[in-house]
Amino acid sequence: MSQEPLWEVFIRSRRGMSHVHAGSLHAADAEMALRNARDVYTRRQEGVSIWVVPASAIEASSPDEKDAFFDPAGDKVYRHPTFYDVPEGVQHL
Amino acid sequence: MPRLDPCYTRTPEMRAFVTRAVTVGDVYGNDFTTPEQQPTPVIADRPDEPASFRALLETDGRVEPRDEMPEGYRKTLVRQIAQHAHSEIIGMQPEGNWISRAPSLRRKAILMAKVQDEAGHGLYLYAAAETLGVDRADLLDQLHSGRQKYSSIFNYPTLTWADVGAIGWLVDGAAIVNQVPLCRCSYGPYARAMVRVCKEESFHQRQGFEILHTLSHGSEAQKAMAQDAVNRTWWPSLMMFGPPDDDSPNSAQSMAWGIKRFSNDDLRQRFIDMTVPQAEALGLTLPDDAIRWNEERGHYDFTPVDFTELFEVIRGNGPCNEQRLSHRVKAHEDGAWVREAAAAYADKQAARHAQEGAA
Repeated sequence: MSQEPLWEVFIRSRRGMSHVHAGSLHAADAEMALRNARDVYTRRQEGVSIWVVPASAIEASSPDEKDAFFDPAGDKVYRHPTFYDVPEGVQHL
Repeated sequence: MPRLDPCYTRTPEMRAFVTRAVTVGDVYGNDFTTPEQQPTPVIADRPDEPASFRALLETDGRVEPRDEMPEGYRKTLVRQIAQHAHSEIIGMQPEGNWISRAPSLRRKAILMAKVQDEAGHGLYLYAAAETLGVDRADLLDQLHSGRQKYSSIFNYPTLTWADVGAIGWLVDGAAIVNQVPLCRCSYGPYARAMVRVCKEESFHQRQGFEILHTLSHGSEAQKAMAQDAVNRTWWPSLMMFGPPDDDSPNSAQSMAWGIKRFSNDDLRQRFIDMTVPQAEALGLTLPDDAIRWNEERGHYDFTPVDFTELFEVIRGNGPCNEQRLSHRVKAHEDGAWVREAAAAYADKQAARHAQEGAA
């Protein structure tokens, strides 16, 4: 049996929140993917908006290169406010 | 999701024992083994396990789809998740049997919602299995050809309306006890699917309990019907936890990999401890005279389960094996034209878009 393409589903749970990955499903086209996503992932009002994205269109960083990819941020603690000394008594800083 | 009981919380020190669990039998709580009971390692430094994988397990991290993992771990998960998915969709049949005959519109709407949930659970699980590099279509083929199994509980018939109540209360109750620990399974996509499933499952159990409670407080005949359903469902639901630990060859490895968190016997005991007081609240009895509280153990005693029946049902000799599978295959074949039509429509739309783009 030929398999329908795979779609990744992202759901906005309520206004003001961003879309979050909920899961995936198979559907022949984008419209069917949206309808199926509504039935599979929002049966209890879990969402107010749905995105479906062809899984084949997603480019992901590789777990093998995780260290090389993310390490450069590891030694830049000065990007965090807690890095800095603040004299006692100084407020609103 | 059902409230987690306190034994599910654990500290990193306690977690250290999980990868060392072994004499399945006294691993009740890989999570809180006392030092004197400390078991010996079952899979200490297996050479085929990538270091990154061991490191994740040791820190209670989650394994994600593209991480390195041993082939045995991947295969075990594919088998378990697929069979779990198959169970969800086959499980629609015994209850679907009563949708057209539900005693009221309220019960009918509830039952339809429940059966629809089971289809959804199957889909979450097939999607989780696919993250391990298998194809849903292949998994369905394996179900249809009998190469992969589903839970034996669905090979029993639903003879009366009360069976719908007994399934919700006992079968879904047992499923919850099995599934709650799976929310912490070491494989991320499976654990996430189980979180969704558990959230939805607790409504299933309550609606079953309510059906039985109503029947039990109705006429004599209704109460007798409820009792009969409980009598028939009790032993098969205890069998859902699998064979005793000594006969469960894969348990120790699954525990070491963090796929399984508690042994079959421990989960069974937990289910019985929860269920006995609920039966009292229903005003129904459980078909086991040996059930009584054991002060010393802090658990209910019960008659050991006779597993010859379970193995017979697994071998295909249950009351409904043939009917369940042939119904499933027929539904799949009858739906072929819908899939073909959807594909043809998608192709036509894509061609039209391409033409418009060119013009």
